[in-house]
Amino acid sequence: MVDIIGAIVGWIGFHGVQHWLGTPGVLNFVTILIVGLIVFIVGMLVSITLIWQERKELGRLMDRRGTQVGPIGLFQNFADALKVLVKEHIVPEAADSLVYNVAPVLIIGISLLMFVTIPYSPGFYMSNSQLGVLLTFALFGIVPFAVLLGGWASNNKYTLIGGMRAAAQTIAYEVPLLLSVVGVIILAGSLNFFDIVQWQQDNVWLIVPMIIGALVFTISMIAELERVPFDLPEAEAELVEGWQTEYGGMRFGLIMMSEYARGFVGASLFTLLFLGGWDMPSFLNFVPDGIWFLLKMFIVFGIIIWIRGAMPRIRTDQILNLGWKRLLPLASLNIAIAIVFKTLGWL
Amino acid sequence: MAEMWINMGPQHPMTHGLWNMRVKVDGETITDAEPVIGYLHRGWEKMVENRRYPQIIPMADRLCYGSSFTWSHVYCMAAEDLMGVEVPERAKYIRAMSDELQRIGNHLMWLAAIGPDLGNLTIFLYAIREREMFLDLFQSLCGARMTYNYCRIGGVRNAAPPNWERDLVRTLDYFEKRMDEYEDLVDRNKVFRMRMEGLAPMSGKDAINLGFTGPVLRASGVKYDIRHNDPYEIYDELDWHMCTAEEGDTYARYRVRMDEMRMSMQIVRDILKKMPKDGPIRVKPPRNAPVGTGFARMEDPRGESLIYIIGDGTDQPFRVKVRSPLYVILSGSKYLLQGYKVADVPSILGMIDVCMGETDR
Repeated sequence: MVDIIGAIVGWIGFHGVQHWLGTPGVLNFVTILIVGLIVFIVGMLVSITLIWQERKELGRLMDRRGTQVGPIGLFQNFADALKVLVKEHIVPEAADSLVYNVAPVLIIGISLLMFVTIPYSPGFYMSNSQLGVLLTFALFGIVPFAVLLGGWASNNKYTLIGGMRAAAQTIAYEVPLLLSVVGVIILAGSLNFFDIVQWQQDNVWLIVPMIIGALVFTISMIAELERVPFDLPEAEAELVEGWQTEYGGMRFGLIMMSEYARGFVGASLFTLLFLGGWDMPSFLNFVPDGIWFLLKMFIVFGIIIWIRGAMPRIRTDQILNLGWKRLLPLASLNIAIAIVFKTLGWL
Repeated sequence: MAEMWINMGPQHPMTHGLWNMRVKVDGETITDAEPVIGYLHRGWEKMVENRRYPQIIPMADRLCYGSSFTWSHVYCMAAEDLMGVEVPERAKYIRAMSDELQRIGNHLMWLAAIGPDLGNLTIFLYAIREREMFLDLFQSLCGARMTYNYCRIGGVRNAAPPNWERDLVRTLDYFEKRMDEYEDLVDRNKVFRMRMEGLAPMSGKDAINLGFTGPVLRASGVKYDIRHNDPYEIYDELDWHMCTAEEGDTYARYRVRMDEMRMSMQIVRDILKKMPKDGPIRVKPPRNAPVGTGFARMEDPRGESLIYIIGDGTDQPFRVKVRSPLYVILSGSKYLLQGYKVADVPSILGMIDVCMGETDR
């Protein structure tokens, strides 16, 4: 990336400016800025594609069209975005307006921040942290806080219950989610996405030994993303729209967008941790790494959509029972399996 | 969290129609519940007292758009009872057949409505799609899709158009396959079962004491179906049996309605076999009803619907009283809801098949 920026600067050819721009500090800063912008734009585009994919696939499952505007419905999202953009921003009279306004910003900010940690391919990434996995899950952990804030600040019974539900659910599912990843970390021996993918390229895709973990991860991730069947915080039939009831216009649009941004991150995590990231069979080498990664990610998200099409919503007590009594022991079992594999030296 | 009242409705995605379900919650557990009706009140009973007898038929359609034929049917039966009109045999068969088709259509709308109540849109779209086929059948039979205005005092308006019977048989054949798909989607879906099984159980004795009728009562193991216990039209000549379940919970209510749809299809097929091919379908009723009372009750898709008419010798009724099944069932909602979660409100109330038109009148 640095070479590209250098070439662009050289092509512009302001000599004095070039000299100043050529200093390592400025160059580094500009590089990070531009790479960040590129990653942000690509992430947003992928998220928009996910919305389109969801509508198309749900339409197929439900025997309807899903989207209508433009060729194969590609412009529907833009039409909807225009719709929410021109709507008035209304703050309820009884709401705590500062917190009410900050909460969606927090949510969309955190969701977009998570793009930073996801590598698309060995050559296309924003950060290569040694603790990338940990960082992503830490960011995931902030969202319920923002949701609770938004639900509380709206000063509405439905939003309050929705926020409480979100907190209870996401905290309960954070535990099995993290534990299901522990098995992967034990086997791969690293918290770095590149190391984990490299390990899978050398050995085997982790979904094979860690199938229980992959299952627990999928279920917990759906709960973290607040999607059907675990969409209790925004349960439409019970709580109108849950914690987002009062948000309208572009705030609502941003919240919806952030859900798909997190959906993209969640599906990417599954791809990186269990499906070998950009790893591909050697005879398919002509497919670029990034495309292969995105393909896997879309398939994973497609399965999540499929679950949405087939399942109803489950109840608060049931979701907590499932999390603590079923997924937690399964995740622990998964760790035990990983330890056995590691100790016996099978993998 | 302290106890608080939550208003579900009149504008709430859960409410099927305009009404207000007030629930008192402690955290998410319901401690008290109170249905508030009156948001849809049209003064139906007073309104029809200013209309002549035949003019009330399209009004009776408007009692519930989901089961409009059964309502105009029960009104016509009550008026015939008052006027002493004998309905031709063929019209009785046509009426019973339309009743059963209406029952399927209504149960399909119920099935569609419980989908979003439980959080699944797929079942909604599937059921609405199949309901269209039955609406199409009604449309070719009587020209309307929702409010048919088809039943007449003394018979029915017209006979079926040519090829209608063929379409009907095809629809039933197709629909039977779709029924299997619904059962795949709901009965074999663990989450649906988790949501419905053991929810709001009601013993047969309690259900009788609260005055429940229809599928909600039969799901509690009580063998009471007006088609069987007090047969009207030609139901005693048909080959069918009552659909009941023992558990009395929400899942049993679901099962009874699904079984009823299959049973209705069997009844329609049986009617097609036994129906006389020719003959009158309508007799002319007198313009002025005698002084006296007329009364009819029938098995509506939701339970026992009843109309009581007092005639005063003119061409307008002196008084018309409606007993709608859901008005009674809704009054028991407190006993159904207490002790369950907020999330159970839509599933419990969805399973009693709420229609506010007939409740609020």
